[in-house]
Amino acid sequence: MEWESVIGLEIHTQLATKSKIFSGASIAFGAEPNTQACNIDLGMPGVLPVLNQQAVKMAIKFGLAVDAEITPRSIFARKNYFYPDLPKGYQISQFELPVVGKGIIEIEMTDGEKKLINITRAHLEEDAGKSLHEDFDGMTGIDLNRAGTPLLEIVSEPDMRSAKEAVAYMKKIHQIVKYIGISDGNMQEGSFRCDANVSVRPKGQEALGTRAELKNLNSFKFIEKAINLEIERQIDIIESGGKIVQETRLYDADKHETRSMRSKEEANDYRYFPDPDLLPLVIETEDIEDIKQQMPELPNAKKLRFMEQFSLKEYDAYLLTSSIELADYYEKVKTQVNDAKLIANWLIGELSGALNKNNLDVKQSPISADQLSELLKRIEDKTISGKIAKKVFESIWNGEGNADEIIEKQGLKQITDTGALEKMVDEIIANNSKQVEQYKNGQTKLLGYFVGQAMKASKGKGNPQELNKIIKAKLDSL
Amino acid sequence: MSLNSSDIEKIAQLAKLNINQDKQADYLKNLGNILQLVDKMQTVDTDKIAPMAHPLDGMQRLRTDEVTEKNQRKVFQEIAPATEAGLYLVPKVIE
Amino acid sequence: MHKKSLTELSEGLKQGQYSSVELTQYFIDRINTYQPTLNALITVTEESALQEAKQADELIKSGDAGDLTGIPIIHKDIFCTKGIKTTCASKMLDNFIAPYSSTVTQNLESAGMVMLGKANMDEFAMGSSNETSYYGAVKNPWQLDKVPGGSSGGSAAAVAAKLAPVSTGTDTGGSIRQPAALCGVTGLKPTYGRISRFGMIAFASSLDQAGTFTSSAEDAAKLLQVMAGFDERDSTSIDKPVPDYSATLNDSVAGLKIGLPKQYFDPGLDPLMAEKIEQALDAYKKMGASIIDIDLPHTDQSIPVYYVVAPAECSSNLSRFDGVRYGYRCQQPKDLDDLYKRSRSEGFGEEVKRRIMIGAYTLSAGYYDAYYIKAQKLRRLISEDFKQAFSKVDVIMGPVTPTTAFNIGEKLDDPVSMYLSDIYTIAVNLAGLPGLSIPAGFIDDMPMGLQLIGNYFEEGKLLNIAHQYQQVTDFHRQTPNL
Repeated sequence: MEWESVIGLEIHTQLATKSKIFSGASIAFGAEPNTQACNIDLGMPGVLPVLNQQAVKMAIKFGLAVDAEITPRSIFARKNYFYPDLPKGYQISQFELPVVGKGIIEIEMTDGEKKLINITRAHLEEDAGKSLHEDFDGMTGIDLNRAGTPLLEIVSEPDMRSAKEAVAYMKKIHQIVKYIGISDGNMQEGSFRCDANVSVRPKGQEALGTRAELKNLNSFKFIEKAINLEIERQIDIIESGGKIVQETRLYDADKHETRSMRSKEEANDYRYFPDPDLLPLVIETEDIEDIKQQMPELPNAKKLRFMEQFSLKEYDAYLLTSSIELADYYEKVKTQVNDAKLIANWLIGELSGALNKNNLDVKQSPISADQLSELLKRIEDKTISGKIAKKVFESIWNGEGNADEIIEKQGLKQITDTGALEKMVDEIIANNSKQVEQYKNGQTKLLGYFVGQAMKASKGKGNPQELNKIIKAKLDSL
Repeated sequence: MSLNSSDIEKIAQLAKLNINQDKQADYLKNLGNILQLVDKMQTVDTDKIAPMAHPLDGMQRLRTDEVTEKNQRKVFQEIAPATEAGLYLVPKVIE
Repeated sequence: MHKKSLTELSEGLKQGQYSSVELTQYFIDRINTYQPTLNALITVTEESALQEAKQADELIKSGDAGDLTGIPIIHKDIFCTKGIKTTCASKMLDNFIAPYSSTVTQNLESAGMVMLGKANMDEFAMGSSNETSYYGAVKNPWQLDKVPGGSSGGSAAAVAAKLAPVSTGTDTGGSIRQPAALCGVTGLKPTYGRISRFGMIAFASSLDQAGTFTSSAEDAAKLLQVMAGFDERDSTSIDKPVPDYSATLNDSVAGLKIGLPKQYFDPGLDPLMAEKIEQALDAYKKMGASIIDIDLPHTDQSIPVYYVVAPAECSSNLSRFDGVRYGYRCQQPKDLDDLYKRSRSEGFGEEVKRRIMIGAYTLSAGYYDAYYIKAQKLRRLISEDFKQAFSKVDVIMGPVTPTTAFNIGEKLDDPVSMYLSDIYTIAVNLAGLPGLSIPAGFIDDMPMGLQLIGNYFEEGKLLNIAHQYQQVTDFHRQTPNL
């Protein structure tokens, strides 16, 4: 039988506020345990939550970015359950009336195929603390610094049909939250996390199969692996006559397996009810209009503008706008360098390649936009060839200085003196009589051979176009 | 709506309370009486009435996003039952 | 000296008749004398009180004293007080030294008041008789085998017995007005949101409101003046100017329209109680007020609604007491579940556990709509009843309780009969209105209260109406023979 998988994602993105969603404690990452947990975060008796304005603005921004309805009057609810990382015994979340309603986004697969994914809702809630399982005499340690960090939980419809689509969707959301500046999107630090609801059904069947919820999918790589693993597991069970149990499963990246989390199952009657400590969150049309004015350019708009303004091909523009940092980098270089296509090639080629190889993102690039601009300017004014430029790029990357310094120090300036080049070409023609003869006999492809020889002789400093011209003229006049 | 002892067990589990066997009957009786009292609500038709969560029709006030809290770990952990290395300790959590 | 009102004591301090240290010592001596009999306090803060009194004396000397400077007060042990044990009368918090102060106690401290100690109460404010306290029952100063009412029983008994001129309390379903009535003192529960709930340990967040116990409406006006006001730390606190409550005390009540809800004169009301209410109304008529019969048709729904809403909120509010970060933790838990269950089962008393169970049940899957949503809808109807009434009258009057104080132990085994005694006070909390209980006579030597219910934020009017009554009666000046 042919199977179809059905996937929906719940993405938790930490909002890049200064303070927590309901208290004035800092949300900075990496502090000593429990030094950023104030009495409200600790759920001390008698303390009360007050909502962070910035978190609300950020949620609205997201709603606008995915063409969603902003709920004019949304409600905070308590989700009740006991867990040591949940100090109050309930999580303040939104249940029946989330701040962001139905939205939609377009995802693009690596092969260029596009698909629309519906967003069910996005709601504000507080993050929990962390349990540290290192052994403290057989005890678990609880750090509540993260408790109360603002989260936006973005819930999709079960619109995805493969792990690849799920990854593309997750990347799209990641791109958006970074574009609109509501999250740092840092997956290692847990700022961007994902749970996946996965089920399978015979192809053509309307009804959904029983789903399992996969937790702890905290990288693009894991999500794809974990979902594929889960799809296989479910198909295996059904094909061998079994039944899928609705449950929560934890993905273990080290063992590459998912396992049932029974602990989370036993009591999942969350007894949601409106939090009496918080009043309805009312968002006026004017508030939304204000935020609309402040909305940055979104990925798709930026892509179209890049195509239009810089005459870039769609794919190049798509790649360049894939992250806000790369797009900003591009635009910064563009103010200094004229050739849009040249910049695009260098950013997509050399720069992205080097960054990927070293597992860095654009923000961490050792070569700044200004440094790259200086290098590309030297290609434009023919001081160096593209090939030499790659060497210079490497030197800049390794911290040896700026482009001009390196070109100067290493004597990499292109030879543009025609006399010197002609002399070099004469020598090569004299030393390669066999190839000259073949050329004269019609093997004109050998022109490249001569240019190569000349480049070698000039240690790459000859201008290839110039050499080409000289060699062709000389050979043809023989 | 009437209660049985498996309800009592289920609620006790949700509320993280131990209800001893010898107290079961008491709980059954008392909670049953309270629910009977509460069932009087069903005599009023409220189909067209909007639920009221707060006594006053206010709306949520928003706080400026500022860090106003200092580290008070020492003070807070002085009253904690068990801590080590700045962490609150609990029996091992198994996921 | 103990028979003096706050207003009189304040005058005495300003005129140098006695110092705050002397006054404080005087009341501490009274506490030491009567505490063993009454059990009105959980903690006595003698040392810090005398220090605060000293500071108050300096302020008085420098001429910067306000109305409350140097006046002793007792706080219900539900208000967090920094550095001082705050127990909520529960074993759960027997070891809890609050690391911060409630806005209420902070404001009163800033006004120069001297805290004598923390008052006994029903555990987590759940009860109407002060018998659910981990620290034992409080006795009614008028007759020691009677309850003082609850949940603010210690606060009411303390003011009745003049262990302090004034005290604070909280009222979730009558927890100020009922003990005030049963102890013969003036008890004010302001509009929901008028006084900050920050640092006040929550029982039912949408109903809880702090208030005062005093020997007169005049004193209540002075305390409320300092307690009321917006607090940015409480999202449900109302940002509305605080009027001068003392300035309107002497306004005339001629022409006042008093609403009398027929539902408050039901067969459950002791006929002698009804008689006393009639007499009080006669006094108002003499002052030029008129009586208008009104209808609060959903009154009989207030107890059912309350016993859904309050336990639901409490079951969630009390989840934070889990033995992890503060408070009681059981010995040698064998695993996490055991830690939770034993800490909570050993740390909470029976009534608290009962309400947590009810709340967890009514919120649970399959019952939420039938109980919680239904209760919220009825809550609106109850609230609408009052809205209707206040379009016709200025104030609503009636009894606070069906009878005077009952015997200690009388209703302990029957929670429902205890709950039913709150019939006249609960609706006010559901609607969020201000209510006041003032002494209006004695039945068999036990005090009873007249309840005044005002429209939203009309505490000033309530205090004015009560003050006018207290100008022509002296029930509020009676004190028990201890």
